[in-house]
Amino acid sequence: MSAAVTSPASAPVRRRRRPHGPGSARGRAAASGWLFLAPMLVILGLFLVVPVLMALWVSMSDWTGRGSPLSSDVSFVGVENYRSLLLGGGLATQDFGTAMRNNAYYVLLVVPLQTALALFLATMVNRRALRGRGFFRTAFYFPSVTSSVAITVLWLFLFSASGTINAILARLSISGPNWFNDPRGVLHLLLGAAGLDTAPESLAQHGFLGIPLWEWLAGPSVAMSALILLAIFTTSGTFMLLFLAALQAISSEVEEAAVMDGATAWQRFRRVTLPMLRPTVFTVVTLGLIGTWQVFDQIYTGTQGGPAKTTITPAYLSYSAAFQNNQWGRGAAIAFVLFAIIVLLTVLQRLVLRERDTVPRRKRFYRTPAAPPAALAGTAGTAPAAGAPGTGTASPTEGDHR
Amino acid sequence: MHSTPTRGRRLLASTAVGVAGVLALAACGGSGFDDSGDEETASGGGGPLSILIGSSGDAETDAVKAAVADWSEQSGVEATVQVASDLTQELSQGFASGDPADVFYVSADQFRTYAANGSLYPYGDQLDNADDFYPSLVDQFSTDGQLVCAPKDFSTLALIINTAAWEAAGLTDDDVPTTWDELTDVAGRLTTGDQVGLGFSGEYARVGAFLAQAGGTMTNADGTEATVDSSENLEGLTYVQQLLASGSAAYAADLGTGWGGEAFGTGAAAMTIEGNWITGAMTNDYPDVDYRVVELPAGPAGQGTLQFTNCWGVAADSDNQSDAVDLVQHLTSTDQQLAFSEAFGVMPSVQSAADGWKELYPEMTAFIDSADFAQNVVNAQGAADVITDFNAQLESLKTGDPAAILASVQTNLQAVLDENAS
Repeated sequence: MSAAVTSPASAPVRRRRRPHGPGSARGRAAASGWLFLAPMLVILGLFLVVPVLMALWVSMSDWTGRGSPLSSDVSFVGVENYRSLLLGGGLATQDFGTAMRNNAYYVLLVVPLQTALALFLATMVNRRALRGRGFFRTAFYFPSVTSSVAITVLWLFLFSASGTINAILARLSISGPNWFNDPRGVLHLLLGAAGLDTAPESLAQHGFLGIPLWEWLAGPSVAMSALILLAIFTTSGTFMLLFLAALQAISSEVEEAAVMDGATAWQRFRRVTLPMLRPTVFTVVTLGLIGTWQVFDQIYTGTQGGPAKTTITPAYLSYSAAFQNNQWGRGAAIAFVLFAIIVLLTVLQRLVLRERDTVPRRKRFYRTPAAPPAALAGTAGTAPAAGAPGTGTASPTEGDHR
Repeated sequence: MHSTPTRGRRLLASTAVGVAGVLALAACGGSGFDDSGDEETASGGGGPLSILIGSSGDAETDAVKAAVADWSEQSGVEATVQVASDLTQELSQGFASGDPADVFYVSADQFRTYAANGSLYPYGDQLDNADDFYPSLVDQFSTDGQLVCAPKDFSTLALIINTAAWEAAGLTDDDVPTTWDELTDVAGRLTTGDQVGLGFSGEYARVGAFLAQAGGTMTNADGTEATVDSSENLEGLTYVQQLLASGSAAYAADLGTGWGGEAFGTGAAAMTIEGNWITGAMTNDYPDVDYRVVELPAGPAGQGTLQFTNCWGVAADSDNQSDAVDLVQHLTSTDQQLAFSEAFGVMPSVQSAADGWKELYPEMTAFIDSADFAQNVVNAQGAADVITDFNAQLESLKTGDPAAILASVQTNLQAVLDENAS
């Protein structure tokens, strides 16, 4: 505060300068703040920023994997690696297209299912009436703490041609598929069952990223479906924990108020609990999107991309291009395309799930602690929202409701 | 709400367990990387040699260690043998860091890549026994007519027959198939309710033998033009398709097994097509299964098989190249190669050791005799992707269109060859 008193400048300027004054208490605080941050910044810079920048350079160079990528005999090739990957039309493009297709189906199925399952499990183990909640919480969370390699190996056993899953299916008189060796897409199988087993001309002719539209419509292969189940099994426990924490942060009065309003259990969940979980849903979906686009370890330890390339993913392709085929530029380019996709989808998802400040006039209400039950009442059709301006109806007051 | 504190504690406890687990896993992974890095750094700086091998098991590791220790004693140069868990990846890391192992295994399909980016030191002309290697192996590891790295050993594919199943089907020595028609016939007779006559891996490295028997090749002699889309290859592939469709042959994967050896050992297949590495697997995993090895039957163009090989690479960035070449000279000598053969069954890459090998393994002579008509696998730089794609398409050969498969591989392989030429 002494700086404020001694400063001759006018008030607004003074307010702006105050935190920056070198001799001021705030300035010293800022300096020591940076000092404390420095180790972390150095570590982050050294092990994150520099490698990322180097990878960016590699993705635009013709580095062959020998010696430093920054040496003088490595030259800049611009977007050539990206061009041959995305527009080249050769095997690299086809592989990338296949990997994108596989991963898109993986994301499309894993993210909604794991979020829904996690939410379901969390509401179940959050119930006070449930006996042995601790046991169930541990049991559901357990797959998440186990090594993904160990679980993948377990999955390979379970889903092998003569494994447990097929044994169970056989009991039910179902002849199970040869899970990890069946390259057929499940959508193609369904279409085949409906009598459509060859590609219509238009779908076979046109394509995207080097593979025909008909192949884009193959769906996840049987092998990929097993990996999708694996991902849901292992990650829903982690996300259950996030939902559980959020559920416990919801004050019990809110629910009691909804009960008093006569809301059914489903209405309470749909109109009260779920809206209050929105930030957690955002977190879970974001983490899910990022995690599923980066799927690697199950592929590396499990299928290595087989059967018939139906489980290659961009992350695995990036690894195999760089480390196995020594095409480092292409490998880095795949990694950056993947990065762009993840950022794009996260931003998109943020737009979709953002908190809207403007509420449709029909549902308008004041944001007060009592708002959710009021909104419930309004949308449930029993009465318009309490105190909504401009609705002009002769609604009873909140007090009357209760 | 009264239960919240307990609930909170439990939650905290389970979270703590989770975090601890994650940290422990991260620590494991981290230390693994550190280890290999440290060892490479320590041995790359001059003086002692470091040798990086991709081992098939303890027998191979021990044999290589013993041979290297022998050489160390004679030459007075220290040398350590490291076993890679993923050789390709660890070699790539070594070359990128500029500090690779001095001597290492190089597989035929990685050879061109490493030779092209200058990672390999071409030392072929310094070897005394350069003329003793099988010419086709020298061919595999040469660039511009110069031998770059010495062939370590090699393997060929042969037909492995379960003798019990053979006798049960009423077959005799006279029935050993020498033509495709006879193979079809025998496979049919060996097929029973829970056993197919012939089971093998559905990949180019097995199916390719049939292409060779039909007279097909993947590239022309100097490796500049792809010759995949030929009538010979079509004939070979169509024959394999017929075998699969008849039900008397199947891919190992479709039998619920990982490779031909497993299908054979578990009795899911009465015959398989594999290389001489299968003998180790049979001894270790299926010691009760009796089998015999015969040459693959001839196709319309005569006999044909594929051969696979590795070579001893010496790093261009090594500080100890003369010692490294001396070590390779020792490891590829006739006696030493026979010692390796005795330890883990590999076939020597030098012709002078062939007779010794036949004496060691009289029942396996079909493998080494097949060297006369063996074809090298494609190893052009960048061809690995093409072969992976070929393998992916071969998996659905049973219902696929052989001509379409060959046409797409032709296009992809030609693109790779053109890129290399430019």
